[in-house]
Amino acid sequence: MPKTIPEDSVGLVEPQTLHFAKPLPLVCGRTLPSYDLIIETYGELNESASNGILICHALSGHHHVAGYHSMDDRKPGWWDSAVGPGKPIDTDRFFVVALNNLGGCHGSTGPNSTNPETGELYGPDFPMVTAKDWVVSQARLADRLGIQCWAAVIGGSLGGMQAMQWAIDFPDRLKHSLVIAAAPKLSAQNIAFNEVARQAISKDPGFHQGRYREQETIPKRGLMLARMVGHITYLSDDSMADKFGRDLRKGKFSYDFDADFEVESYLRYQGETFSETFDANTYLLMTKALDYYDPAADYDDDLVAALSQATCQFLVVSFTTDWRFSPQRSREIVDALIAAGKSVNYAEIEAAQGHDAFLIPIPRYMEIFNAYMDRVSSSVEKSEEVTNAS
Amino acid sequence: MRADLEIIQEWIKPGSRLLDLGCGRGELLSYLTENRGIQGYGLEINADDITACIKAGINVIQQDLNQGLTNFTDNSFDVVLMTQALQTVRRPDMVLDEMLRVGKESIITFPNFGHWRARGYLAFRGKMPVSKFLPYTWYNTPNIHFCTFKDFEALCWQKNIHILERTVVDSQHRDRWSTRLWPNMLGEIAIYRVTK
Repeated sequence: MPKTIPEDSVGLVEPQTLHFAKPLPLVCGRTLPSYDLIIETYGELNESASNGILICHALSGHHHVAGYHSMDDRKPGWWDSAVGPGKPIDTDRFFVVALNNLGGCHGSTGPNSTNPETGELYGPDFPMVTAKDWVVSQARLADRLGIQCWAAVIGGSLGGMQAMQWAIDFPDRLKHSLVIAAAPKLSAQNIAFNEVARQAISKDPGFHQGRYREQETIPKRGLMLARMVGHITYLSDDSMADKFGRDLRKGKFSYDFDADFEVESYLRYQGETFSETFDANTYLLMTKALDYYDPAADYDDDLVAALSQATCQFLVVSFTTDWRFSPQRSREIVDALIAAGKSVNYAEIEAAQGHDAFLIPIPRYMEIFNAYMDRVSSSVEKSEEVTNAS
Repeated sequence: MRADLEIIQEWIKPGSRLLDLGCGRGELLSYLTENRGIQGYGLEINADDITACIKAGINVIQQDLNQGLTNFTDNSFDVVLMTQALQTVRRPDMVLDEMLRVGKESIITFPNFGHWRARGYLAFRGKMPVSKFLPYTWYNTPNIHFCTFKDFEALCWQKNIHILERTVVDSQHRDRWSTRLWPNMLGEIAIYRVTK
């Protein structure tokens, strides 16, 4: 709980829910008849509506990016380290928009919403949504907010993949795309980890084919396991060694199957907390969206051709110990952007924290982020000048 | 203005696609973008230089030249440049090959170890030369492969690399009659334009 709100925080924030009545046709062939998006915004939209920044979230993220919902909050939003006055995504300069994606479980339409066509919970019948669909829904959100062109679309991990999809699908609607700790598509190993997570959930006796809500239960163990596996892939060998090593909880072996090592109890705790706050059907959907992500597929599997659509400038950032989406995967994006003749900057940040590093304010990362956001800011000023002149 | 920038500029066609190896703080690319409307990318590994490039609006890619340029396809650039970095790479000969594979032509500048001051230093003091221009001592210098103009040209000859142009200047990048007359003795920096 913050006793006082830090000066570089956006402070107390309140989400809002927007209803979209126009049906949304999805890549999977189905259509969402109508939907809600829950969003948070920070900062002020300028007169020319040219300082809008869209933040896309990763697998388990949501709209609450920065600040606090109440003085009782234990922690601020998930990317508070990068969003706020004077921070890289400076709310004194930009109008920041964050949302919970469709299929999510934090307030946007998803498996826990009522299907207007049946009057029942969607549950496992919620249509499969992809990054492409999210980007379309985000474009409609931009329309609603009066933003024709984002100053930047920014995201880490699956969020970075959306930032890249934006550049391909709506090239004239963003000036900059920041693709952080991402990949152009998942590897077999990535998909394998997601499949373990899905199996853990769907084989839990509490899953009830996704109709667990009606049974007033949740597939708690499955979700726990899914999160534990996922969490391991977000950390690095080094960071785990640093944080836990082989430290024992009670100082000696118990010679039973209880958690002896600190790392075991940490993972159990993480899994448990997650299982109480995250929806199982959403987890299944989000991991599938990750697996399906492959913007090159629409262009004969040619990433250069896909990225040739883009007209924005790019910043690509990776982290040395990230083995979920390694620097090599970011290089694939960078090389394709260079081959396509696009403006791109690339930095590989020395970091011990693995994939999670993208959420941590590592000094060099913040330096690069700040330097690039200055560029974004000057392109905002330029478009303001154009508007004022016309 | 740095005189070498002006010399190099004359060799660059407007609108060219450029790759600058070891681009530093991006001065050359900034200059050429402004004056020649080029589309350029710089490769750099120094963290502060990378940040400076981003601030300057230069396309900078973090990449170690010693890992090669295998991520770039043949002839994908009009010109590949390398200023004052040839002597710092592990295998200058291989970097040179890579530059000419990726670029249609290359522009290279490097300090001349055959300059009379370097020769005199070694001859009379019996120690590796240290100067204002090359201020490092032998154990901490990033310059691990010194060569003279003659050495470089011998390598080009051996690799069948055509020298299209050569300008020899002093450490202030001034072109003087003396350096033209006796380049390997009096020239401090050479600027070469080469192709396969």
